[in-house]
Amino acid sequence: MAELYEELGLSEDEYRDIVRLLGREPSKVELGMYSLMWSEHCSYKSSKMVLAQLPTRASYVLQGPGENAGIIDVGGGLAVAFKLESHNHPSAVEPYQGAATGIGGIVRDIFTMGARPIACLDPLRFGSLDSPRQRYLFNGVIAGIAGYGNCLGIPTVAGDIYFDECYEGNILVNVMCIGIMPKENLIRGLATGVGNAVVLMGNRTGRDGIGGASILASQEFDETSQEKRPSVQVGDPFTEKLLIEACLELLEKDLLVGLQDLGAAGISCACSETAARGGVGMRIDLEHVPLREEMDPFEIMISESQERMLAIAEPEKLDEVLGICERWGLNAVVIGEVTEGDTLEINWYGEKVVEVPASSLASGPVYDRPAEKPSYIDEVQSVNIAAVDHPPDLNRVLLDLVSGPNLCDKRMVYEQYDHMVQLNTVIYPGSDAAVLRVKDTSKALAVSVDGNSRYVYLDPYTGTQIAVAEAARNVVAAGGVPMALTNCLNFGNPERPDIFWQFKESVRGLADAARYLELPVVSGNVSFYNESFGTAIYPTPVVGMVGLIGNLDNRRTIAFPEEGLLVVMLGDTVDELGGSEYLKLVHGMVAGRPPAVDLRMEKGVQTTCIEGIRRGIILSAHDCSEGGAAVALLECSCSGIGASLEFASALAPVSWLFSESQSRFVVTIREEELEALRKLADGRKVPVHVLGRTSGDRLIINDWIDLAVGEMRSAREEALEERLKA
Amino acid sequence: MRFGVVVFPGSNCEMDCYYVIDKVLREDVEYVWHQQTDVSAYDCLVLPGGFSYGDYLRCGAIARFSPVMDAVADFARGGGLVIGICNGFQILLEAGLLPGAMLRNTSLSFICRFVNVRVENADSPWTNAVRAGQVLRIPIAHGEGNYSADAETHARLVEKGQVILRYCDEAGETGGPSNPNGSIDDIAGICNEGFNVFGLMPHPERASEAILGSTDGLLIWESVMAHYRGRG
Repeated sequence: MAELYEELGLSEDEYRDIVRLLGREPSKVELGMYSLMWSEHCSYKSSKMVLAQLPTRASYVLQGPGENAGIIDVGGGLAVAFKLESHNHPSAVEPYQGAATGIGGIVRDIFTMGARPIACLDPLRFGSLDSPRQRYLFNGVIAGIAGYGNCLGIPTVAGDIYFDECYEGNILVNVMCIGIMPKENLIRGLATGVGNAVVLMGNRTGRDGIGGASILASQEFDETSQEKRPSVQVGDPFTEKLLIEACLELLEKDLLVGLQDLGAAGISCACSETAARGGVGMRIDLEHVPLREEMDPFEIMISESQERMLAIAEPEKLDEVLGICERWGLNAVVIGEVTEGDTLEINWYGEKVVEVPASSLASGPVYDRPAEKPSYIDEVQSVNIAAVDHPPDLNRVLLDLVSGPNLCDKRMVYEQYDHMVQLNTVIYPGSDAAVLRVKDTSKALAVSVDGNSRYVYLDPYTGTQIAVAEAARNVVAAGGVPMALTNCLNFGNPERPDIFWQFKESVRGLADAARYLELPVVSGNVSFYNESFGTAIYPTPVVGMVGLIGNLDNRRTIAFPEEGLLVVMLGDTVDELGGSEYLKLVHGMVAGRPPAVDLRMEKGVQTTCIEGIRRGIILSAHDCSEGGAAVALLECSCSGIGASLEFASALAPVSWLFSESQSRFVVTIREEELEALRKLADGRKVPVHVLGRTSGDRLIINDWIDLAVGEMRSAREEALEERLKA
Repeated sequence: MRFGVVVFPGSNCEMDCYYVIDKVLREDVEYVWHQQTDVSAYDCLVLPGGFSYGDYLRCGAIARFSPVMDAVADFARGGGLVIGICNGFQILLEAGLLPGAMLRNTSLSFICRFVNVRVENADSPWTNAVRAGQVLRIPIAHGEGNYSADAETHARLVEKGQVILRYCDEAGETGGPSNPNGSIDDIAGICNEGFNVFGLMPHPERASEAILGSTDGLLIWESVMAHYRGRG
């Protein structure tokens, strides 16, 4: 057993705990189950104590963290379920299947709660596209998302893509899914009712994805990583689509007591979690599990074969349950029943192979890891960025920025995703937030993902606050009131004190920003061990935000809507080039402090913008983020109408143009509404700067920038394709 | 007028078609399950887009063997109105109800975006509410929409006016980059010889409400309704 627990990724202490818990040596199958359930991926053993500080409550939160997804009440009897998750390591090993099954997993999390999935968003991080390996990974991931998501008929409506050398050995593939449901259809992943049947639905179980959670997701990369390819699962979107329809029909007809998807740790996780949540025991007769190939109980329990669901049903409803599955052409078999007590008992042709307390699997160890501030922080922050020489041709700089990999147009990516199916997408990818109408109501949802890891690297606390603030700002720019957030925290090895310090600081920033902006954290995911050959990625917390637009007519895009409008900046621009895209792209520097974020000002700017939109004063809105005000203005102009801007500024041109100061929006209004806007802003102590007017087909900013819309567009739109050709 | 929207396992635009017929056109509509063998209750059958049977093997190749397809074929042979959108078009080709075949897009990628199509024949049941030469803005969303046919079939389609839609630019010019997938002769939609069966790659149900960016797709629905009511 000694070699086996190590091979399975358990520590010696953890093994001793298992022996103490059971009062005996575990069987091989039991050990396999503990190794998965107590893995970092499933147990959150390193992060649990830190995550406890996150605010999770609000009057409209129906389900917070701890279930398959978070759920909020959006009024009118409707609820919205959403969650963000990672599939980083599988995608780095096998990009197509890794990304595809990432979609499959997060989509199951949503319909498991009773919601119909209505949209996916994909935050992606790659190394430089100059490397053939990165181009292969990039193309594979995009194709995997498209191949799986398009087949399901769930639109991929937004996402963000950043490139940085720090992801060279460990790309990030995060996926978010959003679903909608009538409130009464909400169901949880728990087993209740002694004597109720445990039904396994969907694909047969095979050897794919054996131990994915422990072997792939909870270890860093080294030269053996490619050999871990067999740990990557293979996706079957057709079966997933049938599962969605069958499960939603079962829930619509109120035929189930509980429903749980099989993801990481497969049957082990689904059985122990549903039993533990329901405070019951469970008996499983493993020989009933439909198999694709000959497998032993150990393999069956830890297989991560995709597109499987576990349902709990009352015996008298069983026939109808199985009938609906058959109609959808799905396997569905009874594999056991709910029992008294809290023992999870697993038999293999009458022989007991597992007998453990279900709760002991579901509540693994908890660690308070040591944390220590890394030495690089003071070094990078103290670099004198004021000393850099700025290039004289600012037009050139702006064009270089928007044709750079991070800020260029990503149309060629999102056009490979079906972003229109289901007829809800009323603002397409490419704006600040995507907007999905809620059919048969006047409402819409605004959704966005955000996370600038360069800021977080320079200052984890501030950088993560910015991620929350900016995701909310994106939703506001589209006309939405931010309601709640989900997150995916991608970090290196938590056993390293410097990494764990980044993690703790980052979560503290997340908690403080979320609390101040009154945004409950309703779901989330932690992905550790994002390292290769001992080098960690930049700490990369990604925030997914969901907001509500009460009246669909109040949706806004970033595009300047017509000529002759006033272009106004809400919020102040300060000399803050630290951590900027300008500094990285033009000077190759990642240095300084990230822009400061004042949450009081942030809230004031956001509420001013929302009120301005609601009253019809603000006609278009765009938040200023990477690339600063210049890039924001360029993006506003790119749909065809330019602007002529002339204003006084105490800042050097480069600082005004490319500083990434927070809490700013570029908005357009009619001239006669200026006083009304000022009134809204003054009450909140928000600065209002009139920059000029929309006009013609050029973007002119003082005597700093003068570019034709067409030139800006082609710089932005052709860049990605050019890079991929290289 | 009563529409039947055929549901294959893996269809994913059936709810969109249903929604538009029910809420926008305000006509009667029902789902037709792929195992159903009687479709006589309907005035028009819609084969929606999606990935029937996962599009495993080849788009539409398995769906054509669904029990409902015999009924659809009989319905079509009797002059019944059948429209196949995207995957529905691919199924009609596989079932032999329309001539030709579909290849992968020349880009080898799935493409989802608005395109322009020119109406080549405005006398069909599907286009009688449109002017010949009118340009419609309707989205496509497919990985295999590269229409192909042998020279003889192609010539016959052209000669008999069975080419209904061609990809074009905003001004209605065909040829060049406005063809998104490599289809021969920029073909985006065709009819059978009787003009009662119509297959097209663009999704008219995605362009039937102003809030979605275009109402040009409505013209196709309105044409078939006008035809049915004898005014077409």
